[in-house]
Amino acid sequence: MSVIRGRVHKYGDHVDTDVIIPARYLVTTDPAELAAHAMEDLDPDFAGRVQPGDVVVAGRNFGCGSSREHAPLALKAAGVSCVVAASFARIFYRNALNIGLPIVECAEAADAIQAGDEVEIDLQGGVIRDLTRGGEWHFAPLTDIAKELLDAGGLVPLVRRKLGVE
Amino acid sequence: MTITEKLLARAAGRDMVRPGDFVNCRVDLVLANDITAPIAIEKLAEMGATRVFDPERVALVADHYTPTKDIKAAQQVKKIRDFAKAQGIKHYYEACEGGIEHIILPEKGLVLPGDVVVGADSHTCTYGALGAFATGVGSTDAAAAMATGECWFRVPETMKFVYTGVLGRWMTGKDLILHTIGLVGVDGARYRAMEFCGPVISSLGMSDRFTMCNMAIEAGGKNGIIEPDEKTVEWIRPRARREYTLLHSDPDAEYAQVHEIDCTELEPVVAFPHLPENTRPLSEVGDVPIDQVVIGACTNGWLEDLRRAAEVLRGRRVAPYVRCIVLPGSYEIFLQATREGLIEVFLEAGCVVGPSTCGPCLGGHMGILAEGERAVATTNRNFIGRMGHTKSEVYLASPYVAAASAVAGRIASPNEL
Ligand code: SF4
Repeated sequence: MSVIRGRVHKYGDHVDTDVIIPARYLVTTDPAELAAHAMEDLDPDFAGRVQPGDVVVAGRNFGCGSSREHAPLALKAAGVSCVVAASFARIFYRNALNIGLPIVECAEAADAIQAGDEVEIDLQGGVIRDLTRGGEWHFAPLTDIAKELLDAGGLVPLVRRKLGVE
Repeated sequence: MTITEKLLARAAGRDMVRPGDFVNCRVDLVLANDITAPIAIEKLAEMGATRVFDPERVALVADHYTPTKDIKAAQQVKKIRDFAKAQGIKHYYEACEGGIEHIILPEKGLVLPGDVVVGADSHTCTYGALGAFATGVGSTDAAAAMATGECWFRVPETMKFVYTGVLGRWMTGKDLILHTIGLVGVDGARYRAMEFCGPVISSLGMSDRFTMCNMAIEAGGKNGIIEPDEKTVEWIRPRARREYTLLHSDPDAEYAQVHEIDCTELEPVVAFPHLPENTRPLSEVGDVPIDQVVIGACTNGWLEDLRRAAEVLRGRRVAPYVRCIVLPGSYEIFLQATREGLIEVFLEAGCVVGPSTCGPCLGGHMGILAEGERAVATTNRNFIGRMGHTKSEVYLASPYVAAASAVAGRIASPNEL
């Protein structure tokens, strides 16, 4: 797992999957099409502004609501390299790991980091640094399952192994 | 152990588990719908799985955008139907015989007490009302479960909610769960099991129990659960076509939290935009004029819910300039409601009666809100833009309150009519 570096887009508590990718766009599974509408109902300019490698930072319960995997898919396809939040809703948490989108739970960092800051995230070492503002925070190491999923690049390769495909 | 721990232990082939343990469980049923199945089908192919683990144990329901609302939705539904045919999946439901997934799966006896079920839909937690462990997952997890017949879980801590006292007039399971979400907040049960019990829960019929477990996810819960009793057995016995197991929490089971809720003084509850936790007792709602009412969804599309709405609407008229949309939860319910004369009541009151679909609940079709419009809905979510324009508003309530509001043209109690 490499070190992630990117510019921050910041949001509040309870960012739900309906605003991450509104239901009217769920008639497709094409990641690029989904990415074009990421965060549209909360931050209509997001898709135009986001750069590859950018980081989303948010408050409590990020990704609450529907189980649509289109939500982490849209963020990942838009170029988001990691989501840092005070906490995550559980289905979003699983979905993000399953598709290989790194996520980090760290309330202090989520609180202190501001929009536009440049941050560096060392997933292996469990450290987030705010390169603009100078803060540094440690987060709990990933669980074994989370580590296995991110290392493999998601659940698909793990199931392939289990099924003896390849 | 709690009932949730017992269910997971059993499916993992272990004598016991503790909260925080990671377990690999066999699953009794895997569900996906017309939004989540298309991705799951792609993931299955990527996984190199040519067959699902057991075609009898996979259910695919096209309910969100059906009857298909546009060409893209039709393509997605066709993809699922073709997949079901190719895999020999009999439990594929669309249009007649179908309805909303969380209503038809229990109704057709596909989920039974003692089961472990995963569904690529967040409201899969509904089936906890049968004494099953059921939880929502994403498409990739569902695909993995379809391929292997297994799924991993972290055993959740359980929060116990004990409901005592007596329910007042117009009180329903919907009011109890909205009150509970207002109490703990939309992340108050995050990663946890919510066990609902006490004399009030025993007094509830199955549809109210389904409604309560359905909304566990709205408090962040992993699953909602109600221990099975005589009512559960009476309801499920004629539907079940395989063996089932009744499990109960041990008297010395450990709980992360216990909440005791005295229901005697409670009144019907309305959740204001834009979170289900923004609850207010009906008497404190104030003057909220409305444009639309939706009665249906996996929360309140049960026959009992339609009977309640009809009780209020019988002999009355929907207010001018208000659309009242009634969507029975399944075709079985639709048929029964027709036989009981409920549909006639709705039509005579000036309601639109539509097909058994999710439709407006997720802003799909058949009742989308314009900018500035307000709806009272028996659905379960009132997030920004959930039912249409980002500047529209959804107020969550029971079928009694929704029906009364349709007549009054503002949020109202049946007592005011
Ligand atoms: S009725 Fe609404 S909440 Fe229920 S499954 Fe359909 S879209 Fe989801």
